[in-house]
Amino acid sequence: MAGYRGVLAFIETAEGKVTSTGREMLGVGRLLADALGETLDALLVGSDIEGVGRDVFSFGADRVFLVSDSLLAKYHPDLYTIAVSDACKQILPSIFLLPQDDVGRDIAPRVAAKLEIGLATDCIDLAIDPDTRLLLQTRRVYGGNATEVLVSRNAFPQLVTVKPRAMAQAKTDSNKQGEIITISVKLDASMARSKLLETVKEEIKGIKLEDAKVVVAGGRGIGGPEGFTLIHELAEVLGGAVGASRAPCDEGWVPTSYKIGQTGKVVTPDLYIAIGISGALQHTVGSLGSRCIVAINNDPEAKIFGVSDFKLVADYRDALPALINKYKEIISS
Amino acid sequence: MNIIVCIKQIMDPEIPTGKFKIDPEANRVIPSEGIPPVINPFDAQAIEVALRLKEANGANVTAITVGGQDVEDVVRYAISMGVDEGILVSDEAFKALNSFVTAFILSRAISRIGQYDLILCGRQAADRDAGHVGLMLGEMLNLPIITMAKAVTLSSDKFRVEHVITEGYQVYEVGMPALITISDEIGPPRRPSGWGVIAAAMGKEIPTWSAQDIGVNLSDVDIKSVRSETIRLFIPDSRRKGEVIQGNNVAEASANLMARLRADGII
Ligand SMILES: Cc1cc2nc3c(=O)[nH]c(=O)nc-3n(C[C@H](O)[C@H](O)[C@H](O)COP(=O)(O)OP(=O)(O)OC[C@H]3O[C@@H](n4cnc5c(N)ncnc54)[C@H](O)[C@@H]3O)c2cc1C
Repeated sequence: MAGYRGVLAFIETAEGKVTSTGREMLGVGRLLADALGETLDALLVGSDIEGVGRDVFSFGADRVFLVSDSLLAKYHPDLYTIAVSDACKQILPSIFLLPQDDVGRDIAPRVAAKLEIGLATDCIDLAIDPDTRLLLQTRRVYGGNATEVLVSRNAFPQLVTVKPRAMAQAKTDSNKQGEIITISVKLDASMARSKLLETVKEEIKGIKLEDAKVVVAGGRGIGGPEGFTLIHELAEVLGGAVGASRAPCDEGWVPTSYKIGQTGKVVTPDLYIAIGISGALQHTVGSLGSRCIVAINNDPEAKIFGVSDFKLVADYRDALPALINKYKEIISS
Repeated sequence: MNIIVCIKQIMDPEIPTGKFKIDPEANRVIPSEGIPPVINPFDAQAIEVALRLKEANGANVTAITVGGQDVEDVVRYAISMGVDEGILVSDEAFKALNSFVTAFILSRAISRIGQYDLILCGRQAADRDAGHVGLMLGEMLNLPIITMAKAVTLSSDKFRVEHVITEGYQVYEVGMPALITISDEIGPPRRPSGWGVIAAAMGKEIPTWSAQDIGVNLSDVDIKSVRSETIRLFIPDSRRKGEVIQGNNVAEASANLMARLRADGII
């Protein structure tokens, strides 16, 4: 549509660095921008973020737009919605990418409502249709039973959120330079209509679930909190992290931050071991991208076996001690 | 306190995979025979929150849905859970709705209801899995919004909301009126119980509002519906050719598995 050009990616930073999801968005953003022959721009929102620009250029951005305001130092849904919507109105990109994370999930539908445009959330693939030059927006629906491709013909920018860990990260080029452009947005404290009282971190000690090379996940078949001791033990010897299906979280056996799946975390480790998990789609969509999937279940008909590389039909209480012993034996020899 | 809960009837999300069928020509899902539709599970959890707030503080709870006549059942289900009133917003023109149109219609219907202190929605509908309607509705009604709640309580006219984030949760305080979306961390909702309650829900008069009743101009609906269009729908194949790990007993098979993972360079 006339007047709308380029790809804009909303990029988050942590400790002055672009997050891994940010690098994934710049990765796919570059491909889309190149397919269109247009620019890839990054939008950074926060306070005191001027210094991060160079890091963003090294991941392929052509220009960086900054919305910097002390009111944006911490995420607030109302203020971020306004900052992002107003910046988008000034930049007028053809495509606008947000991450499907705590922030993107929270603001994207509000931005779409404000700008009166379409929105596809949680996209697992993005491409340009060579004939129409429109963005093909691929996402899962029906709990993973189906996949759909959407287009937005009449409402620009084409707004989507990108599923974390679904796209390849941008390549780095430390020599790449670009232009930093400051955008001003009118904000005042009264625009925040709710008050953040506290943040409670439930993150477990050890490796972050999303970053682990090995994930050992337990399900309802583990039977109770005691059973998770064995799961933890296996994860520990393998240098991995513990996850769970929804059932153990609902039962209170493990914290809800362990949950993997459609409404939980997405993990893509080298090795995913699903133990006492039946294999409901809502769970398996959270681990589909793993390199190797092992399922341990005492029901030979369990659905999880259909999406695994190695199947062990066993009671986990017998299998896990043997697995742990064998691994110890391997590394000591 | 007046609480409105927005609910949706969907195809059972826990349908066996083999029963899930689509019509790829029409880009539509074919409803499977013999598996009745259900209330969106996150909406049942939103009702649960409304009822807990009612029990603790007193409230009048209204459930509202948008769709064809065939979605009246979901309103009756809400009433049998303990909701006070139900409203069905139904019109021939509301057949194939997307999130923008749904939010728009809900905003008009809720404006007709008039007085409310809290609107609750599920975090997303477990069919399209988009998570749009609650937030778009809140934006259209110009309300403060807190998403992904795992607990909501009320004290001195302010809601205290635990909002789920990747690393745990955040506690927000928000005044009335507000819109809050509910996440599954809230826990399983109550099930309707007692024949009396269920029979009363079946017999209850449910007002039906048409497009005209809520002042929705059908051409508005058309314009909003073309913002996003599904051009393809297919069933993905994520099967893997699993290899059964053998052994004379579980201990041996387990050891073989570990040795194999090592030999393949996975660990
Ligand atoms: C809208 C929606 C969203 C959802 N989102 C998620 C999500 O994000 N993540 C998620 O995980 N789920 C989610 N679910 C729930 C999902 O559909 C399943 O109900 C859930 O994943 C089942 O958990 P499970 O496999 O642990 O339990 P079950 O289905 O009860 O399976 C337990 C398994 O353990 C096996 N077992 C029992 N004893 C043993 C033993 N001693 N040794 C070995 N194996 C044993 C059994 O054979 C069985 O296969 C969602 C559901 C809905 C409707």
